[in-house]
Amino acid sequence: MTGLPFLSLAIWVPILGGLLVLATGSDRNAPLARFLAMLVAIAGFLVTLPLYSQFDASTSAMQFVEILPWIPRFNINYHLGVDGISVLFILLNAFITIMVVIAGWQVIREKVAQYMAAFLIMSGLMNGIFSALDAVLFYTFFEASLIPLYLVIGIWGGANRVYAAIKFFLYTLLGSLLMLIALLYLFMEAGGSFNILDWHQLPLGMGPQTLIFWAFLIAFAVKVPMWPVHTWLPDAHVEAPTGGSVVLAAIALKLGAYGFLRFSLPIVPDAAQAMAPMMIALSLIAVIYIGFVALVQTDMKKLVAYSSISHMGFVTLGFFMFNTIGLEGALVQMISHGFVSGAMFLCIGVLYDRMHSRNIADYGGVVKVMPKFAAFFMLFAMANAGLPGTSGFVGEFMVVLGAVQFNFWVAFGAAITLILGAAYTLWMYKRVMFGVIGNNHVAQLNDIDGREFAFLGVLALCVLAMGLYPYPFTEVMHASVNELLRHVAVSKL
Amino acid sequence: MTDMQKLYLLVPLAPLAGALLAGLFGKLIGRAGAHIVTILGVAVALAASVVIYQDVQTGNTFNGTVYTWMTTGNLTLEVGFLIDSLTVMMMLVVSFVSLMVHIYTIGYMHDDPGYQRFFSYISLFTFSMLMLVMSNNFLQLFFGWEAVGLVSYLLIGFWYERPTAIYANLKAFLVNRVGDFGFLLGIGLIAAYAGSLDYAEVFAKAGELAAQDMAVTGWPLITAICICLFIGAMGKSAQVPLHVWLPDSMEGPTPISALIHAATMVTAGIFMVARMSPLFELSDVALSFVLVIGATTALFMGFLGIVQNDIKRVVAYSTLSQLGYMTVALGVSAYSAAVFHLMTHAFFKALLFLGAGSVIIGMHHDQDMRNMGGLWKYMPVTWFTSLLGSLALIGFPFFAGFYSKDSIIEAVHASTIPGAGYALFCVLFGVFITAFYSFRMYFLVFHGKERFGANHGHHDHHGDHEDEEPSADHHHGLAPGQKPHESPWVVTLPLVLLAIPSVVIGFFTIEPMLFGEWFKGVIHVGANHVGLSEMAENFHGPVAMAIHGLQTAPFWLAMGGVGLAWFFYMVRPDIPAAIQRTFRPLHALLENKYFFDRFNEIVFAGGSRQLGKGLWKGGDQGLIDGIAVNGTARLVGWVAQISRLFQTGHLYQYAFAMIIGVFILLTFWFNLG
Repeated sequence: MTGLPFLSLAIWVPILGGLLVLATGSDRNAPLARFLAMLVAIAGFLVTLPLYSQFDASTSAMQFVEILPWIPRFNINYHLGVDGISVLFILLNAFITIMVVIAGWQVIREKVAQYMAAFLIMSGLMNGIFSALDAVLFYTFFEASLIPLYLVIGIWGGANRVYAAIKFFLYTLLGSLLMLIALLYLFMEAGGSFNILDWHQLPLGMGPQTLIFWAFLIAFAVKVPMWPVHTWLPDAHVEAPTGGSVVLAAIALKLGAYGFLRFSLPIVPDAAQAMAPMMIALSLIAVIYIGFVALVQTDMKKLVAYSSISHMGFVTLGFFMFNTIGLEGALVQMISHGFVSGAMFLCIGVLYDRMHSRNIADYGGVVKVMPKFAAFFMLFAMANAGLPGTSGFVGEFMVVLGAVQFNFWVAFGAAITLILGAAYTLWMYKRVMFGVIGNNHVAQLNDIDGREFAFLGVLALCVLAMGLYPYPFTEVMHASVNELLRHVAVSKL
Repeated sequence: MTDMQKLYLLVPLAPLAGALLAGLFGKLIGRAGAHIVTILGVAVALAASVVIYQDVQTGNTFNGTVYTWMTTGNLTLEVGFLIDSLTVMMMLVVSFVSLMVHIYTIGYMHDDPGYQRFFSYISLFTFSMLMLVMSNNFLQLFFGWEAVGLVSYLLIGFWYERPTAIYANLKAFLVNRVGDFGFLLGIGLIAAYAGSLDYAEVFAKAGELAAQDMAVTGWPLITAICICLFIGAMGKSAQVPLHVWLPDSMEGPTPISALIHAATMVTAGIFMVARMSPLFELSDVALSFVLVIGATTALFMGFLGIVQNDIKRVVAYSTLSQLGYMTVALGVSAYSAAVFHLMTHAFFKALLFLGAGSVIIGMHHDQDMRNMGGLWKYMPVTWFTSLLGSLALIGFPFFAGFYSKDSIIEAVHASTIPGAGYALFCVLFGVFITAFYSFRMYFLVFHGKERFGANHGHHDHHGDHEDEEPSADHHHGLAPGQKPHESPWVVTLPLVLLAIPSVVIGFFTIEPMLFGEWFKGVIHVGANHVGLSEMAENFHGPVAMAIHGLQTAPFWLAMGGVGLAWFFYMVRPDIPAAIQRTFRPLHALLENKYFFDRFNEIVFAGGSRQLGKGLWKGGDQGLIDGIAVNGTARLVGWVAQISRLFQTGHLYQYAFAMIIGVFILLTFWFNLG
């Protein structure tokens, strides 16, 4: 690999930049902190662009590989690389970071530098997760990324933020402890290697495979989150500030799903195959059960949080049917969900900033006073309901097609989301946006300003572009997805 | 790209450009600017369609890709066009009716604050509908399918302050989603078993598909595919029991009721099944299913038209019933008759809706027929064109509707497929009912005693939402002494232009469309489904058919319906009231639309909410959070409480514990050793 170490740049530009922002100190320098954060976020995004433009879609091998000894005594390396599965998440993450900085521009007035720094550092750490090929490095990033998010919820969050932050932290931490044990076991088995790619080739018996699968499952299922370990998410979303919700939904939820693809499937393929029926059942429960729960939410953020869980059910469903269209559909769904859920939370943020309420009943008739906002919100609501032409459709469509190929009844269950997704999203939209103006507060609302127009507009373009022309997104995945499926199909016993 | 291909692209893109200009820059270009750009866009689409029509007539068809949407696995998903006789017919109908509606809207929405938005929506609709009919694959079909659904949703809820409107649009979207649920599964089955979503490739494999059974369920594959696809059509084309959204969709402004909920969008399902004829022909089970659903819709929705007092709702139920006729035609493999009726219906039903809209303008937004009467004097153009439309609707010989409806009835008569007997009864009786409610409306509105002005402020929606508050800009009705007036030329011109095809189009097109070569190679009819070809042998030109029509049962049934309507509503208006009193339960059944809405509201809507609440409170908060999560936290707390007792800080207690511990350990040690 020649050229600049783009992966390292993707990780360290935001982290070091974040530290620089932190150095601006107190809120007296808030304008400087904001400006600097914006610069860092943009720089962080720019350095990820070559990852796509120089990406070789014809190979499933790791690209942009960097390897340096880190702790030679335990054969731990600073080992980075991306393939068609991970590369898009790095771009998505860097992109969402810019949105978050813009979204927090005026809204966050206290501890501005710290707020911006937390997001920038988190962004770098998450890029580390998506590109780490050494298990210890992965684990370090995986755990470290919890801290900024914990702080974001705990410091800038709502009234009940401490409960939510602790619930979030304990839930995810407990999950990953088992993973650590699995990682150490694999280190021993592999003859002292933490190289994830080595582990992919490591022969393992069914017993160890099953145990390792469970260890990973608990860690990743909490992150996704899968039913029934999902209850931390609505609480975390409700209490998190808008930016926190956006990162949580757009990126953090993808970490667990990514873990399945990087660890569970290739390392323990036989166990993954054996557990697939259970995983599919859990995914369908997430899609349907959570869909019904979302329907009756009275808090907008909770509703969108539940809808996130339901959409992530599609992702895990796509993973465990082991066909190309399902798996690629799941990946597309993850990217799309990054745009759509991010945009939904930003929309709710726009309303919350004005009304300081997330309660659906406090609204009504907003379209009359905020027509521009209403148009954006409608687009994102439709994307959330999976309307063709928006990105939300692409992944769902692919996963349903994959499911029909796999088993008609699974597809039948999954396709119910067509009805449920539309029901909970549009019913909320109706109650919030349509109707006569609900009260005086609504009557005095101002439509979105230039800053809000900017971030909603950019996301709207993303949602439409991906819906109308998903070709560039799926094109980079093919080689890696096919290789993964081929690999999973080969028994390690 | 050839010039022709550029023209294909121009057809959908011109309305899209209009929609975007009017939608995004509505303030900038103003009201006149908005209607000019959108009308221009649709006019360009119509002109291009005419050129393409002439090209297709010379035998040029096209099937090609515009761009590759995505590739995945062994599937290549594309956006592309299939231009053949069926497509170009739909393109002409859609762009012509759309143009009429655009012009009409200038008058109808004249005072509405959402003027530009409305034009943007209807142009966007035209774009979506054109993409739907021009598609050469299932993916794009689904795109157009959902896009027209979206615009329909936006337009039904156009007056977003009215609770009934935003209830109706959500309902329309969700009911359609139920249909789409089936549709998507059908598309999924095709993708899974045919390995392609391209029409031509799938049709080429139709025989292979018909020979297979589905994995897991073991159902015959082709039947499952066709029924799934048809469930989609049931949603969009409002067939029982997914019809419930269409009457409520009348909450939208009248121009879109004409364009979307009568002439074009609701016929998408019919078009789709006709397009899929190579698949449907291979499953008699699916065809019988289609037939029975269609027949039920044709008759039983017609009954509901009788008890409506809202002028738009009468037309809405007649649309439901006519869609049933088209579906019946599909069921007996008379696809070309279905499409033929689709076309004639598009003209006369758009005419009737726009005529109703003109009446509504004249009545100052009062839609209750009980407040009308004698309007022919005040609105001559509206009156006469509505009469022509009504005659076309009831199938009066020589009118457009006669040729299409009579062909359908004949085809049902000739069919031997299971359910054909029931269907024949339904379509024949339906003719009587259609004539009765159509002329009931006609007489109530245009003839008889002038009832307007007297009953100011009275309006009855016959919806479920009587709590609606009359908003200021709609539903005023005429003040006492005020007279209705004829609508401006932008309203009446489209009426006249639609009246012409409503009268003559059937006469000129029946021969090529039904019995000629027009749909050759486009619509496939199996060798065992011979209805239409038998009819072809007995067809001796449109004049002979019309004259023969005068002696057949449908004509006399229709005349009976008209006569009864005349007697009930012109001669003895006391009789309907008496019947209503005598047969109160029956009337209640019709008044409540067979209780479909009540049922859906309680079982599906209410049930879902109950289930959601149960899962949320019971599952998430009760079991998972209450017992598992917080329970664990409490357990940890409890253990800590207990273990804290041991940390007393007294040295002698610790020493004692240590001694006990050593003692136990030693005991084990020695015993095990």
